[in-house]
Amino acid sequence: MEIVQNAVAGTLESNDVFVSVEPGQGKLDIVVQSIVFEQFGKDIFNAAQEVCVQLRVENASLRLEDRGALDCTIKARVETALKRAGEVNNA
Amino acid sequence: MRRTMLFIPGNSPAMLLNADIHQSDAVILDLEDAVAPGEKDAARMLVRNAIQSLDYGKTEIIVRVNPLDTDYIRGDLEAIVPLKPDLIMPTKVSDAEYIHQVDQMMNEIEEKHGIPVGTVGLIPLLETAEGIENAYSIAKSSKRVKALFLGAEDLSTDLQAIRSKKSDEILYARGRIVLAARAAGVEVYDTPFTDVNDDEGLLQDATFARSIGFTGKASISPRHVSAINEVFSPSLEDITYAQEVMEAIEEGKRQGKGAVSLRGKMIDKPIVDRARKVLEAARELGLGGTHE
Repeated sequence: MEIVQNAVAGTLESNDVFVSVEPGQGKLDIVVQSIVFEQFGKDIFNAAQEVCVQLRVENASLRLEDRGALDCTIKARVETALKRAGEVNNA
Repeated sequence: MRRTMLFIPGNSPAMLLNADIHQSDAVILDLEDAVAPGEKDAARMLVRNAIQSLDYGKTEIIVRVNPLDTDYIRGDLEAIVPLKPDLIMPTKVSDAEYIHQVDQMMNEIEEKHGIPVGTVGLIPLLETAEGIENAYSIAKSSKRVKALFLGAEDLSTDLQAIRSKKSDEILYARGRIVLAARAAGVEVYDTPFTDVNDDEGLLQDATFARSIGFTGKASISPRHVSAINEVFSPSLEDITYAQEVMEAIEEGKRQGKGAVSLRGKMIDKPIVDRARKVLEAARELGLGGTHE
């Protein structure tokens, strides 16, 4: 999937994660900020990366601001943000 | 046994995470009114992932999808039906043709995913005057239909009625939907009581709903769940009487009696049928009587 525009998904509420996506600079960049970064930073990164691989996103810049989201929430929010950034209409 | 159905907004991770802790028999994961138009895609992915990943234990999962006249419903069904929730709740259902169209979409999705056609059931939400008028044909429109659900807020608007706590304005609709559902052999659920802080009002509303034949009631607040569960559960007195009825029937058979009486009243078939249902519900809920 080609990332063609900026997009966001999620919120900064507890148990959620706010994901921002921008077109990349020739590679995949994922930055994670989390209230539980020491314990789960790597897991959050891996969850985001897994969704990028599934959607074949190779050139994008992702920023995740985590508020204690579960794996299933992180994946849903990343998928939503990527699809919004990759398509003009996503109804 | 499904007595309560608790609405959970589909785009709220915190509420989805804790959906099963409120002792509700079913949760309605909502992709419709609780989700802003710009967040429909996000809610759909979140609910899909929640059903895939979270363990809701014995709590039934119902997913309320968007109406047929929107662009969202096919995407909702394509995301959710393959996960085999207990029921899908189509909204603003007006007639049998509406259900036929939803049924057809679900057939295609189940076939595509190798799921036996008809696996996922439906609980149509009737919330328009036309839907109430067509309640029986909607209930009979597909084998997928397991229950009908009355939505009073939209219905009151459609009726141009004034919504009140006493609910006289929906009295006919309540009776009509119960009659239609029972005639069609499906369950029937009452509209939520929307004043979260009026415990006495909730009790009266739920007790009335039970008295006219509703199977259970939906709720928009976790605070209402235990009161609704209690109203729609058989009481100890109900269970004891039902046990006495069954024992009297057995004793009558042993003595070769054609007619049996209990507490000075003849026991006929409707009384025995009711007693059986009470005992069945009590067994399912793990409730017991004290009658020896």
